[in-house]
Amino acid sequence: MLDPLVRLGRGVLDALERLGRGHLLLLAILLGLGEVLRRPRLLWEQLFNIGVLSLLIVGVSGLFVGMVLALQGYYVLSQFGAAESLGVMVAASLVRELGPVVTALLVAGRAGSALTAEIGLMKATEQLSGLEMMAVDPVRRILVPRFVGGVLAMPLLAAIFSAVGVLGGYFVGVGLLGVDEGAYWSQMQAKIDFDEDLVNGVIKSLAFGVVVTWIALFQGYDTVPTSEGVSRSTTRAVVHAALVVLGLDFVLTALMFGD
Amino acid sequence: MGQGLEPDDGLATRDAVSDRVAAVSDALVEIRGLSFRRGERVIFENLDLDIRRGAVTAVMGPSGTGKTTLLKLITGQLHPDAGTILVDGRDVTRLDTAELYRLRRRMGMLFQSGALLTDLSVFDNVAYPLREHTNLSASMVRKLVLLKLEAVGLRGARDLMPSQLSGGMARRVALARAIALDPMMILYDEPFTGQDPISMGMLMALIRQLNDASGLTSILVSHDVRETASIADYLYVIFEGRVVAQGTPDALAADRSEWVRQFMDGLPDGPVHFHYPAPDLADDLLLRGDR
Repeated sequence: MLDPLVRLGRGVLDALERLGRGHLLLLAILLGLGEVLRRPRLLWEQLFNIGVLSLLIVGVSGLFVGMVLALQGYYVLSQFGAAESLGVMVAASLVRELGPVVTALLVAGRAGSALTAEIGLMKATEQLSGLEMMAVDPVRRILVPRFVGGVLAMPLLAAIFSAVGVLGGYFVGVGLLGVDEGAYWSQMQAKIDFDEDLVNGVIKSLAFGVVVTWIALFQGYDTVPTSEGVSRSTTRAVVHAALVVLGLDFVLTALMFGD
Repeated sequence: MGQGLEPDDGLATRDAVSDRVAAVSDALVEIRGLSFRRGERVIFENLDLDIRRGAVTAVMGPSGTGKTTLLKLITGQLHPDAGTILVDGRDVTRLDTAELYRLRRRMGMLFQSGALLTDLSVFDNVAYPLREHTNLSASMVRKLVLLKLEAVGLRGARDLMPSQLSGGMARRVALARAIALDPMMILYDEPFTGQDPISMGMLMALIRQLNDASGLTSILVSHDVRETASIADYLYVIFEGRVVAQGTPDALAADRSEWVRQFMDGLPDGPVHFHYPAPDLADDLLLRGDR
């Protein structure tokens, strides 16, 4: 009769313990941030791996999301005679919300899973222990450059996602649906606020960059060093990152835009 | 000479006593009262062990007895529940991270898998500790790396990636990396596992030659009895958390205690049982259920 309670208690304790280990790892990473200044080459490599190699999926997704936004937006706006505001609607949706969130989900799926698998396999093949035995701190040497790379790449990728999305909206709205080109761009220019929209979008992206990269690195570093363990950790990294991004997005949106 | 499970088995000769006295007085590693558990499972219970300077000391025992754990405790990768581990006079259980890293620069470790960094070439793997811990010029690093690779016979493989190496070659590269900073001690974790006879012979010769030529101290963890006994100066056999026999290879070869004989001769049954503990077979077969 008590078994389910015991299992529940054990599960909660395990989760709390994992949460504690995750925060300790984040603290160690933050304390080691100076490493990227001493060895900037490590950071460039990770910006390439996480940022440049994610460009294709982010760009293509941004294009289609912008195109779909324009189609759906035009349908609604034209019912109220406000089709000229399509540019504002597309840009605001992308910059405030879809750019940071969808980019974070895409990066979690492409780069986050790769980070977890890479770190997990390094642990399974004793490469992390090997570094420790060479008196090299694997947190500073391996995790810190990846963390900083992920955090910096996220807003850049989100900006590219939004920019390509705006162009996708332009192709559909102006090119296919006949919205006035001048109205599309000028209304966007007039209504999109730098602080309210762009800066808040960048803050969101940075926050998502921290949680997505942190979760991916922790899952890899904390993995059970077997093939099954690495597989589970990789799955967990993507699922946890997606859930945390969506939850955090609600909190940040409420703080930034809720009056 | 050998010291079996029973101290009064007639094998404790004057040589054995002098061996142990020498080991204690000239030990690079001194382990006293070491206890370590993983959860409920006892790995070591009040273990005492000495590693003599300049010697090849082997720690042997069946799989799962904690041989690799012992290496991780000596190098400070794990912390014991009780006891002291003195390495060159410093207790690794009390060192902070910076001190531990300073001590590790004087140790090399050969992992079972080689643990080479898979995104670096053979050359860069061996150069890694030199670039991390010294300010040597690129040309000096190159010379040192080539000399270390020459020592393990793989100077010609400098441009290969780890994925292009055989298991034996990977371990030799890892050995070159382990000696890159001219350590005082090298720890070998199961160096012969999964090796073909030629690779095994090469590794055995290398371990012995490097130890003697460079004045190293070597700790070798293995369950390959013949190979290990042929290159070691002193052997410890551990089982269930304690040392059950120790001595020179000749002494253990002459040891008649039941446990030592089972391990040294590879007998399928004896003090270590063939069967994992289980209920009586007849009772088990009569039970209902799907497991």
